[in-house]
Amino acid sequence: MSLSIEWVKNLPQPKGILREIQINARDSILKEGLPTKNIESWRLTNFEKLDRFFHLPHYLSSINKKASSETISAPKPNSGIRLIIKQDGHNFEDTNLPLGIQLLNNKSLEKHLNNNKYAETEKSSLQEKINHALTSQILALKISGEKVPPIELVVDCNYDSLFASKILIFIEENTKCELLLVSSGSNNSANSQLLELHIGKNAEVKHGWISIGEKNSIWLGNLSVRQEVDSNYRLTSIQSGWDLCRFEPKIIQLNGKAKTLIKSLQFSRDKQQLATHSYVRFDGAEGSLDQLQKSISSDNSHSIFNGAIEVPRVAQKTNAAQLSRNLLMSKKARIDTKPELEIIADDVRCAHGATISQLQEDELFYLKSRGISHKQATKLLLRGYCQEILNTLPVEAKRWKVLQSLLDDPKE
Amino acid sequence: MVSNNKKPILEIRNLHANIDDKTILNGVNLTVNPGEIHAIMGRNGSGKSTLSKIIAGHPAYTITSGKIIFNGQNLEDMEPEDRARNGVFLGFQYPIEIPGVSNLEFLRVATNSRRINQGKAELDTFEFEDLVNDRLQVVQMSSEFLSRSVNEGFSGGEKKRNEILQMALLEPIVAILDETDSGLDIDALKIVASGVKKLSNPDSATILITHYQRLLNEIIPDYVHVMDEGTIRQTGGKELAIELEKSGYEWVKSELNQSIDR
Repeated sequence: MSLSIEWVKNLPQPKGILREIQINARDSILKEGLPTKNIESWRLTNFEKLDRFFHLPHYLSSINKKASSETISAPKPNSGIRLIIKQDGHNFEDTNLPLGIQLLNNKSLEKHLNNNKYAETEKSSLQEKINHALTSQILALKISGEKVPPIELVVDCNYDSLFASKILIFIEENTKCELLLVSSGSNNSANSQLLELHIGKNAEVKHGWISIGEKNSIWLGNLSVRQEVDSNYRLTSIQSGWDLCRFEPKIIQLNGKAKTLIKSLQFSRDKQQLATHSYVRFDGAEGSLDQLQKSISSDNSHSIFNGAIEVPRVAQKTNAAQLSRNLLMSKKARIDTKPELEIIADDVRCAHGATISQLQEDELFYLKSRGISHKQATKLLLRGYCQEILNTLPVEAKRWKVLQSLLDDPKE
Repeated sequence: MVSNNKKPILEIRNLHANIDDKTILNGVNLTVNPGEIHAIMGRNGSGKSTLSKIIAGHPAYTITSGKIIFNGQNLEDMEPEDRARNGVFLGFQYPIEIPGVSNLEFLRVATNSRRINQGKAELDTFEFEDLVNDRLQVVQMSSEFLSRSVNEGFSGGEKKRNEILQMALLEPIVAILDETDSGLDIDALKIVASGVKKLSNPDSATILITHYQRLLNEIIPDYVHVMDEGTIRQTGGKELAIELEKSGYEWVKSELNQSIDR
């Protein structure tokens, strides 16, 4: 029996509002199979690590439901609201949500899902399909207004099992909001996550996604964003601590003429493998993208970035820039970075660049010549390197001290 | 300000050095006593900046023979950070920009590294702010520079003033200022020169590396040395700098040739 059949067969029965999507995704996986090295975007994946994902019991059918360690935490936001998505299921019906944030009612949700159920599977990546196959619950929110308080969503996978979650957020026209998503996973946990954002006309969204694991944890994260014209979407994502991490941000400018800003940072150390496979498509003219991907790789770790940008004929006057900057902190660490630009439109500007370097000798010497030790100088330089990304996180992200500890303990 | 205590702070003995197997220093001898101000002049490529970087411990250079003795210690045995903690300071010709690293934090970490070596207590953030605000006045800098990244977006003059601010905080025993006057307008030159003068004391020494006499009008050196082809060709007083300004470096060569002929 092949792994995909065995894996799909052992999943809990499809149920609830996502039942049909689950069934479709499972059928599709049975037909196509699970990821293999023959699929280009999975070619560099460490399958020894990924294999653990498919052998962990689904949380719902797992017997051991004792938390394996303390969840990372932060004081509650000073302003705004925090929603915690737990493995036991979430019910926010009774939660007093602030003005401008509401749960999507079942009727609207069903309508949306019905309109999209085939698209969900057909246009999905394999990693998204894995999420669709696993998830039976969804948190669906609608956000509207110019003065919406910041929203913080926390997903923790703190058990020796496989946990999947799905969040759907509609951001209405002219809305301005800040959204922080924190994902964490403890040792021997595996987490499949999907966040879907629909951003209306002229809406502005500042979105931070901090994803922190530990020891043998695995994270397969998916972000699917659809932007209407004149919208402005700014994403800052940080991944660290996972033994295997694979982040797939997918952003589609539905009719062009929108702004997308992506700033990402991945820290890999020990024997970890952290990968980002981004995909941005302009389905209309005059869209813009500014993407900066940074990584710091130490020890025997492996960092991967694949940045796809698609500019079809309709997307004239697109202005896109992608830069991948990587710091190699050890001779045994490995970095793979690849831009993948498909440009059909002729009147566009698409710039891309990639660098892999070590800490700058002249910067290190300057700091040392002021009495600063090699270790401290390295720490200062790494913090400086990260600051460009961290500065763009939503303000409330600063409460998450886990970020500070990352910066205080850089590997040389 | 020459002190009676003549135990040298810095002694460079027959120093030879290479970069990538290319000889850059070719037998430099120099003795610097407490309270002295030395000026090293010379045309581009004569080895002035190399000498300053080797004293500070730049890893790109290799000492092939000779010694640098600082306060009785062989500098070659010390890492750059240990040299700085012990009181060696290099004011960079081209101060390095370090994006993302706050100038204030950099200055505090550096100052505390030196203070620990001096047997002084480390300063916390508040105590350091008091100190740095006081020292900012030496170079007439605004405290706004502290919140910016190290040297990032600073003008040439601001970078040089930031170097002198570091000198004011680190209180070095020997300060080597590598072309601190280059790229400065007259007002900035006066500010930097006045800062250096304020920081001079009978127990420390300053080495000014410069192309031009104009800095030496502001800071009068006790000795002027002329470097050429990796060695010090001639040593004199301030009048040597005036003659150089008037007659150019070729003059030194012809003077030397004449003295050899004689």
